[in-house]
Amino acid sequence: MQMAATKQKNENAPAITPGNVIEVRNLVTYYGTRRILNDVSLDIREGEIMVIMGGSGSGKSTLLRYLMALEKQTSGTINILGHDIGTISKKDFFNMRKKLGVAFQGGALFSSMTVGENIMLPLYEHTKLDRKTMEIMARMKLEVVSLAGFENLMPSELSGGMIKRAAVARAIVMDPKILFFDEPSAGLDPVVSSALDDLILTLREAMGMTIVVVTHELESAFKIADRITMLDRGDILFQGTVEEIRSHPSERIQNLLNRRSEDQTIDPDEYMKRLTGEDVKGRLA
Amino acid sequence: MTSIMTNEIQQKTSAKFFDRVGRSAVGMLEEVGRYGVMLFDSIYWLVMGPNLKQPVRVASVFSEMMEIGIRAIPIVGMMAGTIGIMLAIQGIYTLRIFGAESRVVIGIAFSMVREFGPLITGILVAGRSGSALAARLGTMKISQEIDALEVMGINPVRFLVVPALLGCLIMVPALTFFGDVVGLWAAGVYVGVALDISMAAYIDQTIDILSVDDLMHGLGKSVIFAVLIALIGVLNGFMVKGGAEGVGKATTRAVVHCISALVVTDMLFAFMVTR
Repeated sequence: MQMAATKQKNENAPAITPGNVIEVRNLVTYYGTRRILNDVSLDIREGEIMVIMGGSGSGKSTLLRYLMALEKQTSGTINILGHDIGTISKKDFFNMRKKLGVAFQGGALFSSMTVGENIMLPLYEHTKLDRKTMEIMARMKLEVVSLAGFENLMPSELSGGMIKRAAVARAIVMDPKILFFDEPSAGLDPVVSSALDDLILTLREAMGMTIVVVTHELESAFKIADRITMLDRGDILFQGTVEEIRSHPSERIQNLLNRRSEDQTIDPDEYMKRLTGEDVKGRLA
Repeated sequence: MTSIMTNEIQQKTSAKFFDRVGRSAVGMLEEVGRYGVMLFDSIYWLVMGPNLKQPVRVASVFSEMMEIGIRAIPIVGMMAGTIGIMLAIQGIYTLRIFGAESRVVIGIAFSMVREFGPLITGILVAGRSGSALAARLGTMKISQEIDALEVMGINPVRFLVVPALLGCLIMVPALTFFGDVVGLWAAGVYVGVALDISMAAYIDQTIDILSVDDLMHGLGKSVIFAVLIALIGVLNGFMVKGGAEGVGKATTRAVVHCISALVVTDMLFAFMVTR
């Protein structure tokens, strides 16, 4: 009886290293036949701000989708808050999702709802709070992101920066354990972008959340990151602190940091094949 | 040498042809499978939602019923009335050949209730709501609103699809019944003027001719139409790729597929039930 209870307990025990909230091991992903992530392994620690950086096409947005459990991996393992995403039950999956918040690149506010209704939606769906309390909580979150008084506006009436802040208010309304930001600075002027960085730091200080930010803005990354993961062409080039990445001897990393393109030697035969489309035909054959 | 080359070319051409046929057959099967999965998922969330603390919201169903049904009343009424009058005109013209104009009421009653009522209503709802569903869900997909729902722990099928499906299931038969009544009434007005029959006599004859089976034949079809419209609209929306152009394509595809599916189903239903 005791053994059975112990076994049950062991099965329920989180298979995650204490202190980590996300663990990714040997993740390989494909888009069609194209390989996007090559054997990626990554730890995200509780309470830290982890910035995932990389150029366009490096696989950082794909990695974020897996970290948010929007995609199920076919190779490797992903453990989020003690749950193995490959084997998690439907009920646990939905309960786990309530502990995640995401501020999408374009905000992803529901255009048919007001800002206030957008923020109240998770509360309406997952709690039994009365309308009045939900409205108060929505206003509190809007206050945090400096959008007090905007609850009755439609998303189409907001500027780009305001939409991002409203999206943050919606993402934090359930007090998530992990908060994800997808390109928070994209499309914003430097002043608004810097204000959003300050907001990210404030949220970590005030709420003690773990924050994962995907960005290609170096300035923003250096300002907010506790640790940085740098991706390049589906591989993790580097994981470490801001100081470590700045002083890293690798030429490839320094090229990426200093925005220098790599010298590419051109093979004339390969170049000719690309121009005539023969390489595509060869791949399809 | 030339004949060998010609043979090779012929072989390649036929291989390409069979390859294309095979691929489209697999594509079609895949799509049918997706519709099946979506229907199964919708039923699952409707039944199991409350257990998973994700019930289907009654307010959302009412909102869909408003959009799919109530707002379609004017156009369905107008079109059903027009079809009713058109049936009366053509019926009287045809039967005049046999000197049997007074028998036109039989033709109008059966055609309207068994065929035109459900079909016209289905086509109108497909044009209005099937396309709107595809456009709405497609836009939500490209602006990551569907992803946002998933990350919030809100199942998109339960939140977006089931209310639309229920809205269609309730409102398409209701609109069909309304269309039947308006169509028959409009035809009665024309028949009254053309053949000098009173409206009371026309209504008496219509009620005598029609049985409950006839009415259920039309309403039964409209239930199938409702499921088809909702599923085709929703699935085309969910499959959108590539921005605004993708949304436009999905909307067009949804309408074309909806109307084609309704007409083919109508024929199959008539074939199986009427003979």
